[in-house]
Amino acid sequence: MKQTPSQTVGPYFAYGLTPDQYKYDFPSYVDGNLVDPLTTLDAITIVGQVLDGEGNPIRDAMIELWQNDGEHALFGRFGTGTDPENRFVFTTIKPKSVDGQAPYLTFIVYMRGQLIHSFTRMYFSDETSLNSSDIALNAVPEERRGTLIAAKNGNQYRFDIHMQGEQETVFFDV
Amino acid sequence: MADLILNKTDMEVHPPRLYPDYKSTILRAPTKPLVLLKPSLSEYTGPVFGDMAMREFDNDLTMNGRKNGEPLGERIVVHGKVMDRNGNPIPHTLIEVWQANSAGRYVHKVDQHNAPLDPNFLGTGRCLTDAEGNYKFYTVKPGAYPWGNHYNAWRPNHIHFSLFGGDITSRLVTQMYFPGDPLLQHDPIYLGVPPKGRDLLIGKFDLELTEPSFALGYRFDIVLRGHSATPFENL
Repeated sequence: MKQTPSQTVGPYFAYGLTPDQYKYDFPSYVDGNLVDPLTTLDAITIVGQVLDGEGNPIRDAMIELWQNDGEHALFGRFGTGTDPENRFVFTTIKPKSVDGQAPYLTFIVYMRGQLIHSFTRMYFSDETSLNSSDIALNAVPEERRGTLIAAKNGNQYRFDIHMQGEQETVFFDV
Repeated sequence: MADLILNKTDMEVHPPRLYPDYKSTILRAPTKPLVLLKPSLSEYTGPVFGDMAMREFDNDLTMNGRKNGEPLGERIVVHGKVMDRNGNPIPHTLIEVWQANSAGRYVHKVDQHNAPLDPNFLGTGRCLTDAEGNYKFYTVKPGAYPWGNHYNAWRPNHIHFSLFGGDITSRLVTQMYFPGDPLLQHDPIYLGVPPKGRDLLIGKFDLELTEPSFALGYRFDIVLRGHSATPFENL
């Protein structure tokens, strides 16, 4: 059977997909907290902007974050329309290395102007050794690998997603 | 996991990333080729919502936004089955929907279209498919609305759908359209889909599903990609 084609999430997803975050009267079942920030001692924060081909932050993107290291399977969702700098903000824990791979988070990026969503991965700047031997990272041209590695600052990682331009983020065919 | 078959995105039916007639793709579509990824655990699995508690009217948009009466518009009921590429049902998977009201106005604060809001219509709902992969939503038929893509641009009537399926690669966000809508032939979002895929996005009017004296029935079946015929259990 033929797959049902993808269509854009459009500009008005917020009250359907991220209602609590945007203060609509419908309960969300998932948000940017993949773990409870108050009770998780090793919680980390991931923040970033989604930037268009002119380098402007996109204010109507939606990001989903998925991770599964065999021990913790976690999923979150956040729209870029509520933060003053149009950042997404996730609180989670760092996944373990699976089968010797570098730990990573799966990002799915949706927005008006994308007829089909984009997959990327976020790797951690403090995993230099595992990153250098990782099969998936090594399949990426060396000059573009940096677009997948989030910079650590305390317990926060910064991961900007560039849709286009010199620093265009690597997107994957999964 | 060794015998899982990779079911790739079928570009004969899916839209391309860049489709310049849909203007906002120009600055937002990735320009470089996608890098082929050898899947690992995260791609073979996905979030599971099968035991999520649904509230009584989560799948009834004619009820879940009421403040002081009934929403205005033509009541419809949308039925469908969610399947994998072999036609096997995908049970207990989450579906989320959102749409404009019958006047073509979204509740979203960014929507500035000069059409009335309906105090009794929120326009969003969700449900899980049953054991046979079936779902059902009650709502009102969404109105067409203008948008800024080009002069006199109007979106055809549509309902947004979001689905998960068995793993993260089966994730789908799409739109259901209505048969015979004259705006379809002018809509670059719909026309971004190659001709082979377009009919798959149109709900079919079905008199058997139509509820006498209550609501017109439509059928919208959905086929997801994904790695295997049986969803891989999440850990």
